[in-house]
Amino acid sequence: MSVLVYIELAEGSIKKTSFEAIFYASKVAKMTGGSVTALAIGEASAAELGKAGNYGAAKVLHAGDSSLFQSNIIAYSKVLLEAVSKTGAKIIVTAKSSLADAVTARAAGALKAGVVGNVTELPDLSSGFKVKRSIFSGKAFALTQISSDIKVIAIKKNAISPVETSSEAAVESFSVSLDASVFDAKVTETVKASGAVSLPEADLVVSGGRGMKGPEHWQPLLDLAEALGAATACSKPVSDLDWRPHHEHVGQTGVKVAPNLYIACGISGAIQHLAGVNSSKVIVVINKDPEAPFFKAADYGIVGDVFDVLPKLTAAVKTL
Amino acid sequence: MKILVCISSVPDTTSKISFTDGDTQFNKTGIQYIIGPYDDYALARAVELKESLGGTVTVLNVGLADAEPQIRKALAIGADDAIRVDVEPTDSYFVAEQIARIAKAENYDLILMGRETTDYNSGVVHGIVGELLGVASFSPVMELSIEGNHAKMTREIEGGKEKLEASLPLVLGCQEPIAEWKIPNMRGIMTARTKPLKVVAPSGESLTSIDKYNLPPAKGAVKMIPAEDAGQLIRLLQTEAKVL
Repeated sequence: MSVLVYIELAEGSIKKTSFEAIFYASKVAKMTGGSVTALAIGEASAAELGKAGNYGAAKVLHAGDSSLFQSNIIAYSKVLLEAVSKTGAKIIVTAKSSLADAVTARAAGALKAGVVGNVTELPDLSSGFKVKRSIFSGKAFALTQISSDIKVIAIKKNAISPVETSSEAAVESFSVSLDASVFDAKVTETVKASGAVSLPEADLVVSGGRGMKGPEHWQPLLDLAEALGAATACSKPVSDLDWRPHHEHVGQTGVKVAPNLYIACGISGAIQHLAGVNSSKVIVVINKDPEAPFFKAADYGIVGDVFDVLPKLTAAVKTL
Repeated sequence: MKILVCISSVPDTTSKISFTDGDTQFNKTGIQYIIGPYDDYALARAVELKESLGGTVTVLNVGLADAEPQIRKALAIGADDAIRVDVEPTDSYFVAEQIARIAKAENYDLILMGRETTDYNSGVVHGIVGELLGVASFSPVMELSIEGNHAKMTREIEGGKEKLEASLPLVLGCQEPIAEWKIPNMRGIMTARTKPLKVVAPSGESLTSIDKYNLPPAKGAVKMIPAEDAGQLIRLLQTEAKVL
């Protein structure tokens, strides 16, 4: 079956999670006897887009008109629909993100497609088309049958470990004529932390809670994050108090992360916080309270003052 | 201002999740249900907008009769009336189809809901509703103000946020800090009992279905490292856990 993978660009580069989606799509194509076309919308070089081939895409459709450089949910969903119609794709794959969710949702609405998000494994095709997905914010899984003709799958980070090859994808310019009305909504300002490691994509995350005692005490945590090349995160009380920006808040009502390593500093581990981090492979908890509930969910724990422990960890990382 | 707020009824976030009937059914025994936490933010903002601009707030739930306490709570918080589509909300497209069908007849200026439900976490219902109605949709929206026929919003993006403006009508997936959760007062609770709640039949069918549930494997015991030897943790993360 022809598979279309919607990939996301960030500052001209294909996002890491999109490579996972391409690789996932290529496996699905292999299982169903088809090929993979990737759709990239926005600004990127042909050389960068060719890398989609390294993970199994045969072709990349590039909608690179300058009107599309700024992400636009309505316009992007129209482009996606055009790409579905051009390729005859029956399966649409993407890496779950707030933009991909919004774009694929509209396309699914137009196509009357069943959508399943947070998919954690390759599909089971033994009877129908079933995918395993994470539900209840990581507390359980559900094997879900998709019965519609066209299927939309949004995979969760780390659903698959991509293997890189040297093949390149043919990049084809894809122009779609869009009605002016899709540009009615205007983005008036974008505020983005530049250079920092993107939290939803990060493999390593260092996170702080109220035990950090105030925004002026964050430096030891930032030092460890920098030494590791990790993204920084925080608990809900910390973002509520404006100690850290809201986009760093992980938890039930914040960002859900799935890094290889999550280091929690001065976070007690309320169940709402765990809901945002329980898909992490390894959890380290540093807390001066030995009774902190987070230790029950941790792989490694240190009972101690974060301001003593963090510099020691940073020093140890620097000797690696 | 005519506002529709779509609410889900979901297990309290502290619920212990388990399954019955050979792991084919969610075990509702002992589960406390609440208004979806994100939907609760959407509801609170809708009530604030009504208070400042005038108009009506209608609450819509796609769910069975056991969701009615949550619908009554939404009425107590300040919604004027409610509609319940009497069916288990099994699938994103199916739920969106019910919402769109009801919204189509009523010409709402704003359709608000949470960015996602906290049970199935799909986060796509607002987008599908927008497409089915031919109306713009945005998510996750963390600030919303209305001037005349114009909405100013702040949307969270990875690593930051963007400010955007669009004309009504709109379908929005909301998240904090769009408003503070509201707690119903006694007067609200009393009046909610007599506010209209209309039950309507569903149409269409689910495009997905769940064959089987399962729980993640139990976590092994935590390995404690003495604080004075904290550097040892980094070595273990490299050699034992192999994550560095």
